[in-house]
Amino acid sequence: MAETTPKNILEAVQVRKEFGGLIAVNDVDFVIPKGSIVSLIGPNGAGKTTFFNILTGVYKPTSGGVIFDGTPISGLPPHKVTALGMARTFQNIRLFHNMTALENVLVAMHSRIKGGVWRSILRTPGLKKEEEESRERARELLRFSGLPGRDDAYAKNLSYGDQRRLEVARALASGPSLLLLDEPTAGMNPEETANFTDFVAELRAEHDITVLLIEHDMRVVMGISDRVTVLDYGEKIAEGAPKEVQHDERVIEAYLGTAATA
Amino acid sequence: MSDQASPETPKAPSRSSSTLSSWRASYRRYRNEHKWLGWGIPLAVVFLAFSYPWWGLEGPLAFVFNDGLGIDSDTLFNMSVYVMLALGLNVVVGYAGLLDLGYVAFFALGAYTLGWFGSGLFTNLDWHFLDTNASRLPGIHLSFWVVVLLAGAICALAGVLIGWPTLRLRGDYLAIVTLGFGEIIPDVFRNGDDIAGHNLTNGVRGLTLLDRPGFGERIHDASGGILPVRYTSLELRPWYFTVLAMMLITIFVNLRLRDSKMGRAWIAVREDEIAASAMGVPLMRTKLWAYAIGAIFGGFAGAVYGSFINGIFPTSFSFQISVIVLVMVIVGGMGNIWGVIAGAMLISWLNFRGLDKIGAWISDVPGVSNDFSIAKYKFGIFGALLVIMMLFRPEGLIPSTRRKAEFAEGEGQATLYDARA
Repeated sequence: MAETTPKNILEAVQVRKEFGGLIAVNDVDFVIPKGSIVSLIGPNGAGKTTFFNILTGVYKPTSGGVIFDGTPISGLPPHKVTALGMARTFQNIRLFHNMTALENVLVAMHSRIKGGVWRSILRTPGLKKEEEESRERARELLRFSGLPGRDDAYAKNLSYGDQRRLEVARALASGPSLLLLDEPTAGMNPEETANFTDFVAELRAEHDITVLLIEHDMRVVMGISDRVTVLDYGEKIAEGAPKEVQHDERVIEAYLGTAATA
Repeated sequence: MSDQASPETPKAPSRSSSTLSSWRASYRRYRNEHKWLGWGIPLAVVFLAFSYPWWGLEGPLAFVFNDGLGIDSDTLFNMSVYVMLALGLNVVVGYAGLLDLGYVAFFALGAYTLGWFGSGLFTNLDWHFLDTNASRLPGIHLSFWVVVLLAGAICALAGVLIGWPTLRLRGDYLAIVTLGFGEIIPDVFRNGDDIAGHNLTNGVRGLTLLDRPGFGERIHDASGGILPVRYTSLELRPWYFTVLAMMLITIFVNLRLRDSKMGRAWIAVREDEIAASAMGVPLMRTKLWAYAIGAIFGGFAGAVYGSFINGIFPTSFSFQISVIVLVMVIVGGMGNIWGVIAGAMLISWLNFRGLDKIGAWISDVPGVSNDFSIAKYKFGIFGALLVIMMLFRPEGLIPSTRRKAEFAEGEGQATLYDARA
């Protein structure tokens, strides 16, 4: 397989996914340049989430391959992909509801924490130190993600917006170089959405994280994306800078004009 | 949407926020002011447990515990073994949320390990290692303590072998497959007297004349005669102390793992497998660890139990044991160590003595026939108990705070994330 060029953090080559007779993703080529914010848009059922699931290892592509940071990852289980530095959030929030905010974040540090079972039982000094450091880092992440003082709240008791923030905090805890956000502003009010958009921009600017975004809110997409890829019926119908895509006829057709009015 | 919900004010005043919870809350406050309680109370409980032979079996309170409740040294031993089993199963069911209906398989395997490495089964061999038998017997005779460790190791290995293909299944499917294994393993032992011409289990005749724990002459003398050379069937206290010590180790491991990286991963897997794996938790490894650790404690308990009753038969390890241990975990409160211990003590007492005693009390009531035996309805009673618990207190007698939250969730918060999906 070809190596990724250093400027692309992720390259998907001719990715195809079939469910029985249904072609959910049809030979899509896709790249994410390092340090960019790329959006994936398309009407409902266009195959965006399926494509996401292929990138993160939940699905194995029927054909084609994905190279992440120089490593072929198609066929790897999700936890290995995460360990390589790709993290995600879910469209319908999938927090560990009966764990506290802090514990949620700690779980995501799983692949970064070394302490094994035997050392945990003996609670060696090294392990104690590591555990303390992880907790400190988790608290820091919660503060950074806009959840100060909510460390010990059960995830399910957080407000909707806070649950979204916790999902991001949790994804960040795994130490990603690429962050995949699946409709992060769904259900947010305009103010929350604006705050979130700033937050994503800050992530890239200050933490060097590349972002792939699935989003329906065109203000978000047009506001922060460097590139936009449009899927429709599993096929890539347009790709380019937000302005270009916005005026692409096929895109307008796919959206029945909603993109133009957004 | 749900902004009004805060962790301090549970949305639904669930049935569990009863007196026990308010006691717990005030106890927590009290404990925060008096730090020594954090280790003082467990220490006192351990002391009470170890000193039971002096205040419960005989002495001032014997008329309540030994005579009244029927907790004699035999029952005491059995209860302790079951507490250990329940604590082992708690790792699998309570922490990792894997419904295992075949836990008895590891109990049996632990006992048979003692049969292999501490009896005269392999008569033509003559292997000895620090065993404490009075005379040099034929067969393999390793030190009992080595055998216990071996039982743990073999059970862990078996756990991994059984878990490897089956833990990919979820929920009900896993329950059914583990149920199958619980049935198959005793059958393998029953038919294991002629495996390619080798007698590995002595079949239905079972294994008898098993080695007993002991410390040998040298440690006996060095300890001033406190540690026995070898345990006997007349003096039961050392047996009890041995299981109690093992139980403490089990509790210790339970506690340490609960608050570790692995413990968090177990709960995460229980909550949402897909999210857990997306966060970097390897599903198979995590589940296998839970299964293997549960198996280790089952093996420990099996080896001691086999030695105590001095006979291992395929029929001793029935499905009933899996169910009873599971009932202990559920009734006590899944995931809460103190709840599981309380549940195990209650159910095992009922199982070994309590029902007989209660039957006797009822028979003593004037006008009730003498041959009324409540123990005959044992499983009916346990079944009813389980149903009643599920209806009125599904989180168990002493639930973990997390589990309590989980069960409260159906009552007011389900829509919070279900309707949106």
